[in-house]
Amino acid sequence: MIKVQALSHRIGRAEILADIDLALPEGKITALIGPNGAGKSTLLSLIARLMPVQAGQISVKGLDVAQTPTRDLAQVMAVLPQSPSVSSRLRVAELVGFGRWPYHQGRPSAEDHAQVAKALEVFALTALGPRFLDELSGGQRQRAHLAMAFAQATDWLLLDEPLAALDMAHARALMQQLSALRNGGRSTLMVLHDINFAAAWADHIVAMKAGRIVAEGPPAEVLTPAVLEALYDTPLRVEWFEGRPLVLYHL
Amino acid sequence: MVGLIVAVLTASALYLLPGLGPRWEYALALRATRLAGMVLVGAAIAVATVLFQTVSRNRILTPQIMGFDALFVLAQTALVASLGPVGLAGLPIAAKFAAEVGLLIGAALLLFGTLLGRGAQDVPRMILTGVILGVLFRSISTFLARLMDPNAFATVQSQAMASFSRVNASLLPYAAGLAGLAIALAFVLARRLDVLALGRVAAVSLGLRHDALIAAALALVAVLVAVATALVGPMAFLGLIVVALARWLAGTDRHARMLVVAGLIGPLVLIAGQTVFERALGRQSTLPAVVEFVGGLLFLGLLLKGRIR
Repeated sequence: MIKVQALSHRIGRAEILADIDLALPEGKITALIGPNGAGKSTLLSLIARLMPVQAGQISVKGLDVAQTPTRDLAQVMAVLPQSPSVSSRLRVAELVGFGRWPYHQGRPSAEDHAQVAKALEVFALTALGPRFLDELSGGQRQRAHLAMAFAQATDWLLLDEPLAALDMAHARALMQQLSALRNGGRSTLMVLHDINFAAAWADHIVAMKAGRIVAEGPPAEVLTPAVLEALYDTPLRVEWFEGRPLVLYHL
Repeated sequence: MVGLIVAVLTASALYLLPGLGPRWEYALALRATRLAGMVLVGAAIAVATVLFQTVSRNRILTPQIMGFDALFVLAQTALVASLGPVGLAGLPIAAKFAAEVGLLIGAALLLFGTLLGRGAQDVPRMILTGVILGVLFRSISTFLARLMDPNAFATVQSQAMASFSRVNASLLPYAAGLAGLAIALAFVLARRLDVLALGRVAAVSLGLRHDALIAAALALVAVLVAVATALVGPMAFLGLIVVALARWLAGTDRHARMLVVAGLIGPLVLIAGQTVFERALGRQSTLPAVVEFVGGLLFLGLLLKGRIR
């Protein structure tokens, strides 16, 4: 479980997050939604310890992110960069190999090599293993980073707008992979911009606006016209398709 | 790698041995001092540049862009302006060296400190600050130089040019101790630097103490550049050329290997350059001119061929 208590955050005078309390369930895909500037990415960054907590408390699986050594946190949560950019010239297998760093600190054991081989296989990267990252397409590169996070073998996976640079096919493939991870017992927290991806794939939705949480729950409860119109300040329709909400905001 | 070691040894022999003349003990001791200086400076600059490129996530930068050279030249100019050429020559060498190293390290730490206050996330800002300070230092030097008499100005000009004939044997042990320690620490950090190169988010996610590692790497850069510059003077593009060649030869960005290869190529380039400078050109040029002309051509060639990215 990820627990957030009385979390507030300021950048200069601007209040980004105001007194957030949140308990995110395990074994589910949780989507953070909301308009631009709602504080979704800030919340994710604070949970991921990418920024120091100013006020309040965050714990992941009972470990306080401000107190726990970062190496221990690396064994309970993995963070996927928004647009992965690696400055060194790496092969795919090497990148995925870094996923085991929290366990071996640079001296991989046979067990680590086995985990890396498994991660490459799960994400259909075995054939691409010897290729350099800069020879891959954006979608393949994202998959390689996901495989690295998988090799990290953490209960939680945090992603900030992973679909931003992906085309339809890759976006769907990514969601399918995350959903397979969920079925394997992993938990995911992600910032999603496309609300219909949240509607179709998420188990739990947290809606944020102006640094506060305005709604939380399963898609059927949160993705209603009343909640969404207030959230995005725009009129929209919600239809149902195959038992899940489908938000028509573009008409 | 063995080939590189052989090449360094061959170049050293070619530099040390031919044409020693009748008073060979004297000539050999002189050349040995210079050779030691070249090995030290070459390795220090190479390692510093590798570290700096990793921290800045940029492969066409050297730490010298931050205005280290300009500050060194300014210090020399200010000394000549206040003490005169004779006064400069009269300064105790060890004290002057210690003061220069201290000044350069201090300035670097101040500059890097402003970065670290911001959580090590704003490397481009730090680099730009350094570039601007470099311009400021250079302008002040130029201004001071205009006020000088021509003799003093000639002294400044010779001080502002890197030269291995300046290497003082009594300073070498201290310089070697400092630089050796910093290089050893760089090797200790090598595996962590590999993770650092994945970018901040990935590095933090993997449990690397990202900001602390950046601070450590920059401190090592400061020490290495300060020692090298105080020993022989500014060598602006040496690091860029050496590290580009090393990336091409090493065929990997893994730091453990890159640091070794770059640390060998640095001395090799300097020794070869100095040999050409002393023997073929009859000292009718300057060492940086030789190194940067030949090295620069090679660098451009590799860049155009796409061997360096």
